Amino acid sequence: MLQTTHLTKTFPNGASLHFPDWTVGKGEQWLLLGESGSGKTTLLHMLGGLLRPSAGCAAVNGTDLYALPARRLDRFRGRNIGIIFQQPHLIRSMTVGENLQLAQTFAGMPEDPSRIRELLAALDMGHKYRSYPGELSQGQAQRVGIARALVNRPALLLADEPTSSLDNRNAEQVVRLLSELAGVERSTLVISTHDDRVKDAFFKEYRFELSRERISDQLEKS
Amino acid sequence: MSLALNLILIAFGTGMLAMLLLGVSQVGDRLRDNARGVDLVVGAKGSPLQLILSSIYFIDFPTGNISEQDARMLAANPMVKKAVPLALGDNYAGFRIVGTDTGYVSLHGLELAAGRFWSEDFEIVIGAEVARVQHLKPGDRVYGSHGLASQQDVHEDHPYIVSGVLKKKGSVADNLVLTSLLSIWEMHGAEEAREITAMLVQYRSRLAMVALPAMVNRSTGMQAASPAKESARLFALIGVGVDTVRWLAIALMLLAGVSVFVSLYNSLRERVYDLAVMRVMGASRRAIWGMIIVEGMLLTTTGSLAGILLGHAAIHGIGYWQGSPQARLDGLVFLPQESWLLVAGMGIGLAAAILPAVQAYRTDISQTMSKI
Repeated sequence: MLQTTHLTKTFPNGASLHFPDWTVGKGEQWLLLGESGSGKTTLLHMLGGLLRPSAGCAAVNGTDLYALPARRLDRFRGRNIGIIFQQPHLIRSMTVGENLQLAQTFAGMPEDPSRIRELLAALDMGHKYRSYPGELSQGQAQRVGIARALVNRPALLLADEPTSSLDNRNAEQVVRLLSELAGVERSTLVISTHDDRVKDAFFKEYRFELSRERISDQLEKS
Repeated sequence: MSLALNLILIAFGTGMLAMLLLGVSQVGDRLRDNARGVDLVVGAKGSPLQLILSSIYFIDFPTGNISEQDARMLAANPMVKKAVPLALGDNYAGFRIVGTDTGYVSLHGLELAAGRFWSEDFEIVIGAEVARVQHLKPGDRVYGSHGLASQQDVHEDHPYIVSGVLKKKGSVADNLVLTSLLSIWEMHGAEEAREITAMLVQYRSRLAMVALPAMVNRSTGMQAASPAKESARLFALIGVGVDTVRWLAIALMLLAGVSVFVSLYNSLRERVYDLAVMRVMGASRRAIWGMIIVEGMLLTTTGSLAGILLGHAAIHGIGYWQGSPQARLDGLVFLPQESWLLVAGMGIGLAAAILPAVQAYRTDISQTMSKI
């Protein structure tokens, strides 16, 4: 369901990253591993339709993301791809419920409060429906971030270092919830991390490891 | 904080413009209404503007008196269609007493709300405002005093009797006490040398427009002044002040535009994640662009709307407290031109938001979200 071929990103300073081809099956849960600077975020953003590759293509559910016109890509991302960042960046002037509703609106989906309540309940956040992001702890905010990524039942769920700003207990919980919910929602899950806590907590065996040597410019030249 | 500041700036700018628009238009209307049907005012020599102000708007002091005989001779001129004599000089509780004839009533189309017009000496017909303020009704007796405003020198020997009350007209007539010329003359014991203050003249033909004033000014001891010309002159005098305030208000609105621009631009930095997250959720670049534009326009349009209401409230307040009742302002009247103020407010919002909106349009989601 996720397929990359010859993905390459060239940065303005001339350096370029070449990513090995990668195929992910439907419903699989993967860890994307690598040192910081190895291009995990770059790859994840390209998979999420946030960053246009310099060459190669990324296909989600058979749709070549970067062949879509810009507006269609935005719409496709809103409906089919859920993304979780290091920080959830919730909109501070809106309640938790409104933040999630906004995700439905922007994706062009009908507003569905029961879906929102159900998700929040699954994340043990049902009582925070009317709270503002400022009233949440970091772990709670990150859980709302997960709910926001899942609200439109995306086929693909991407998480970029979701635990880096969390303490051990919250980190373990977030990874467990991500994995569980992705399973329940039948979303394909890719977690990018260099966090050992995630590696330990995550028992799925799919690992896609980026190493500087394999993808860096120098290697390509030699 | 900056939101309130922006709103206040725009509201003040728009409010001032709305006040000017209303004030100038209403004062102009009142001036025109009161001068309607009067082509020429003939009175004693002096300032023509003063003559107009005193005998049409009853604001300034009269230039002096002219003999009734001279006035009658002029009224008999074939170029004159209608001539209405006015004798000023007394007041009742600050309201001017005007000695005249029925010509004044027909000239302004005055109608009675109660009672009848004067027929005997010392009978008066009072304007609606006079009746309201002084609680007068037909049959009441009042004493006039000498002068145009003071209540010092009361004519105690002769009371006036209210015979009628006029309907409210929204013109100077509301604030006048009308009576016959004879009553005025008798009050002052001047049956011998009868004098009047001014005469309102209506032309018979367009030819008179040129010939009559020239004739009066050259070959009589009186002067002729045109209300149209004098009010135009008055407006030119006021115009300088009006222009100054207008530019000040425009500067205020432009300043508001700059302020909205700056605060939108600054808030963009704080909201860059919000916008990026919205893009991640599926919002298109154009939707983000539109959001910023709408925000800017909503802000300035709300400000202008508040400003227009503020302007009306101010005009109404001034109208309520204002000392001279002759040109009373009314804040409840809305002018079609005011919609341009709203359009201007929207335009300023659009102009102020366009650069921030383009900036938001260009925001790179991947870069923003990589910055943690």
